[in-house]
Amino acid sequence: MTPDLHEHHRHPAHRCLAGTMILLASLIMFAPLPAVAEYGDVVINKRAEKAGMRPVIFPHWFHRIRFRCRVCHTEVGFEMRAGSNNILMADIIEGRFCGKCHNNKIAWGPQNCQLCHSGLPGLESGVRGGPSTGGPGKW
Amino acid sequence: MKRRLSELLLVVCFGLLIVACTEPEPSSPSAPEPAQALLSGPERWKTIMEDNLHDPAGPGAKQLQNPAEALFYLPSAFSGNLVRWVEAIEEGYIEPRPSILDNNYEMQVLDLDVIRTRTADMPMVLFPHKKHTEWLECGNCHEWLFKSKRGATRFGMFDVLNGEYCGRCHGAVAFPLVECFYCHSVRREDLKTPVTELEMHK
Repeated sequence: MTPDLHEHHRHPAHRCLAGTMILLASLIMFAPLPAVAEYGDVVINKRAEKAGMRPVIFPHWFHRIRFRCRVCHTEVGFEMRAGSNNILMADIIEGRFCGKCHNNKIAWGPQNCQLCHSGLPGLESGVRGGPSTGGPGKW
Repeated sequence: MKRRLSELLLVVCFGLLIVACTEPEPSSPSAPEPAQALLSGPERWKTIMEDNLHDPAGPGAKQLQNPAEALFYLPSAFSGNLVRWVEAIEEGYIEPRPSILDNNYEMQVLDLDVIRTRTADMPMVLFPHKKHTEWLECGNCHEWLFKSKRGATRFGMFDVLNGEYCGRCHGAVAFPLVECFYCHSVRREDLKTPVTELEMHK
């Protein structure tokens, strides 16, 4: 009789353990996920909270209905990387970055603080909105 | 003893699973909530007030437009914003402004497909310039991110997953990286003539 090389795999205790692992995995997979932001929402909080304001939430979905990507990423000059744009409130008031449209002519002006500074306190800067949003360092 | 322990664990897990499956959601006691993307109405999109990003206690959140109010009317998808954005433009659902500086500006649409052949066991990648240049201009990707010269830009899926190259947008704002076959769309056996690396046609 040839020795069964896989004897240890067949031990009932091992089978039970394997079953337990599968069950635990399925529990994790089907656990309800917490509510998340809309895909492409950007939290901008490099300075806001330090200055006593709520973080800014930038919704890509809202803007791309109204403007092609090139408007903000060429004409306004936003780099395509969360965190690489240094946006100061003074710039916006003087008509740079968001202020190129948010000037009471194309869109609401910078006096409407609460409409942009609408985030939950404590949010970290970055792109949000779904299981595949994250960018560098995620993996 | 070991066996007893694992059997006990198994029973506990079964118990937990049954509890997890049967416990009704506090908000909808009748049925468990189906996955967000499988819903058909405006409830597919989280509202601003419950998206865990906006502060419901703040004055701004209740003044902002909810995603469903706009996105519900656009061609639907199963990932990202649940919107097929390119079709939304091509079929005239939306007409985003191409410029805020020049009222006569027109998008420079380029109809040129690029096939990336070195994709291991996956189908080859077809990159359609047309769909991209309806949103972007040449300079948004060339020459800093992608060189125009054939074969000059070498990157892999790992770079993309890390948010580089295609991953600058795909996985952040453009359709997410769970949609493998949107890009990996050309099967080798379907091409009549074999192509070399970065063959362009049309």
